[in-house]
Amino acid sequence: MINFLQNFINNKGRAYFFLALATIVVVLLTGTIKAAVGFLLIFGIPLYFMEKMHDYATTGERFTRYMFLVISASVLVFLIAPVLIIMPLSFNAEPYFTFTEGMLSFDSEAYSSRWYLDILHNGMKAPAAIEGWWSDMWNNAQWIRAARNSFFIATVSAIIATTLGTLAALGLSRPEMPYRALITSLLISPMIVPLVITATGMFFFYSSIGIAKTYTGVILAHVTLGVPFVIITVTATLSGFDMSLVRASQNMGANGWTTFRRIIMPLILPGMISGALFAFITSLDEVVAVLFIADVEQRTIPRQMFSGIREQISPTILAVASILVVMSVALLTVLELLRRRSERLRGMSPG
Amino acid sequence: MTTANPSIDQANALPLKEKLAKTTAIQRRRAFLLTLPLVLFLLISFVFPIGQMLFNSIHNDKVSAVVPDFATAIQTWDGQGLPSEKVFEIFVKDLAKAKKVREVGRTVGNMATRINYEMPGSRSLFTKSARKAGKIKQGPYKEALIKIDKKWANPQVWLTLQRASHDISPSFYVAAMDMKYNETGEIVKADELYQIYLNNFVKTLWLAALITFICVLLAYPVAYLLSVLPLRQSNLLMIMVLLPFWTSLLVRTTAWIAILQTEGVINDLLVYFGVIGDDGRIQMIYNQTGTIIAMVHILLPFMILPLYSVMKTIQPTYMRAALSMGSKPFYAYRRVYLPQTIPGLAAGTLLVFILAIGYYITPALVGGQDGLLISNLIAYHIQKSLNWSLGAALGTMLLVVVLLLYWIYNRLIGIDKLRFG
Repeated sequence: MINFLQNFINNKGRAYFFLALATIVVVLLTGTIKAAVGFLLIFGIPLYFMEKMHDYATTGERFTRYMFLVISASVLVFLIAPVLIIMPLSFNAEPYFTFTEGMLSFDSEAYSSRWYLDILHNGMKAPAAIEGWWSDMWNNAQWIRAARNSFFIATVSAIIATTLGTLAALGLSRPEMPYRALITSLLISPMIVPLVITATGMFFFYSSIGIAKTYTGVILAHVTLGVPFVIITVTATLSGFDMSLVRASQNMGANGWTTFRRIIMPLILPGMISGALFAFITSLDEVVAVLFIADVEQRTIPRQMFSGIREQISPTILAVASILVVMSVALLTVLELLRRRSERLRGMSPG
Repeated sequence: MTTANPSIDQANALPLKEKLAKTTAIQRRRAFLLTLPLVLFLLISFVFPIGQMLFNSIHNDKVSAVVPDFATAIQTWDGQGLPSEKVFEIFVKDLAKAKKVREVGRTVGNMATRINYEMPGSRSLFTKSARKAGKIKQGPYKEALIKIDKKWANPQVWLTLQRASHDISPSFYVAAMDMKYNETGEIVKADELYQIYLNNFVKTLWLAALITFICVLLAYPVAYLLSVLPLRQSNLLMIMVLLPFWTSLLVRTTAWIAILQTEGVINDLLVYFGVIGDDGRIQMIYNQTGTIIAMVHILLPFMILPLYSVMKTIQPTYMRAALSMGSKPFYAYRRVYLPQTIPGLAAGTLLVFILAIGYYITPALVGGQDGLLISNLIAYHIQKSLNWSLGAALGTMLLVVVLLLYWIYNRLIGIDKLRFG
């Protein structure tokens, strides 16, 4: 009997038969097709990969492999689902944080872009006005002001962090650098030290020299927090850097600046740009330092979200979050393209 | 015929050696100069502020700044009975003078708050006495002060004042360790009800360990899957890891609120499928569970990425060799594969643990009451209760743990090996 069962399961294609049976059971139990689709996705895809195993795999091996694939798939779903689920939720016509009946039956009435409009309108003096709405929105809408602050602070701090960070990374990757380990760990420590401690220290110090509650204070804080990312990415690019190119350039009479501009910079540019993007997104996402150092005047998007979640939670936050997710997708694409270009430049991969 | 001429060789060798040393020195200086701007920047904007803040944990001059003469005079008191009439006189005069001060940080109120930390309920004693101190024109000061409030006859008040008159004192660490000074000035354990900090510290470490453990369990299979799949497929799945990694922390926390709250997606699904009744919705957020789920989600990529980069370098031939020599799959995995992933495991574990114990935002938003970590308590003392010294003492304790782990990380793995994406 056991032999028969083992033969039955081990035969190719039988597993699909089981899957189909189980799916029918699910449909009968829940009475919906949606559940069956979910069931098929969670259990069917791993099965497909399992079926590609070699023929001589034992039942135990197959089972282990199947469980492994199911677990991995679930973890990946766990990772990505929260990020994706907020997008449809942000088009909710009702002020709820969940799917309404209408949304589930794809009723177009149940979807609306009102929360996206709310991003633009919230805080405006006269949202319905025909004349002068643009300057009203630009100056008064809370989210627009937060976005302007965020982008200004992030851009300036990314530029400063990249300049200082690249210089330091150039020094750190020289073979004759003294106290390399010590200085590297100092420069990366802003990433490690708990943000509350950093923010508290900065709050006291910046208050005492009078730059707390100013743009300068927030930018200095964000440069500090962005620097480790620049150091890490640029050092990584420089680790595959051929130092003989520098010597060749110097041999031919180029001075330090020309060598940097014509030889080093073009080669490490991908690393610099990814470092700058990392610093940019760190600043764009940072909220603890802003909570401590900034005033209402310097409110950034994350700060606005923070108080939104704490005080008056509305789907507007989901709409903002969705926009930010789309931005991260764009950013990730740029980073990936840069990484490929960098690897190609250094001859590490053929593609 | 060639005869070696040592004198000429030596004459040439010495300058060469010197020249080389000189060139190396120049190159070393040049490399160092490149890092100098950033090092200086961080020293000013990061290291110095933190150092200054931590100094607050042992330094508090709220008493000596308000009643300076008294602060020196009380030191002569031996702690027996009550201080002398002379000390009382200086105190009354200092108090009357301090009453007129309006400068922030130097008012009687500031001193009263400072003493109140150690003697709860004593605040009004100081503010009331300061109001009336100006009216005491002549001695005996001792009787006059006790007439204003009988508490002045309690030696414990004076002991506390004497202790707090030292600008540098360990008293905030005593408080941060859930201890207190008793009537005779000895350090004893605080009452059960007031033991919050050490408990919270232990809870933070425990939660961080739990989160790290869950991350290891979840990250290991995924990292393995990514490392064995063909490049095209693994790149696709990698996006599922990197996208949440690069999505704003607040976006992800918001998403978890939408998913986990009682009217949220998961509870709706459970009700829809009839697992729970509409009145039996589960509270999954604004408590410890919410903190754990959201933090695992946020920190998971920090575990997957180092594991993945180590697993990618492991040759599949080792496992095949072990299997072909007759090893059982699990035994082969445990003896051949697992040891090779230790570097990645160590890197991920340390990184996740370090980040987890210092976490602030997620517990603050989804932690409710029992999900708060030590960072939240520090922020509370800095922003709300304004007991900066206690906040600094707690911060120092947290920082020591983090820096210790950072040092271990550096020794084991090297922070410069860290990569993103």
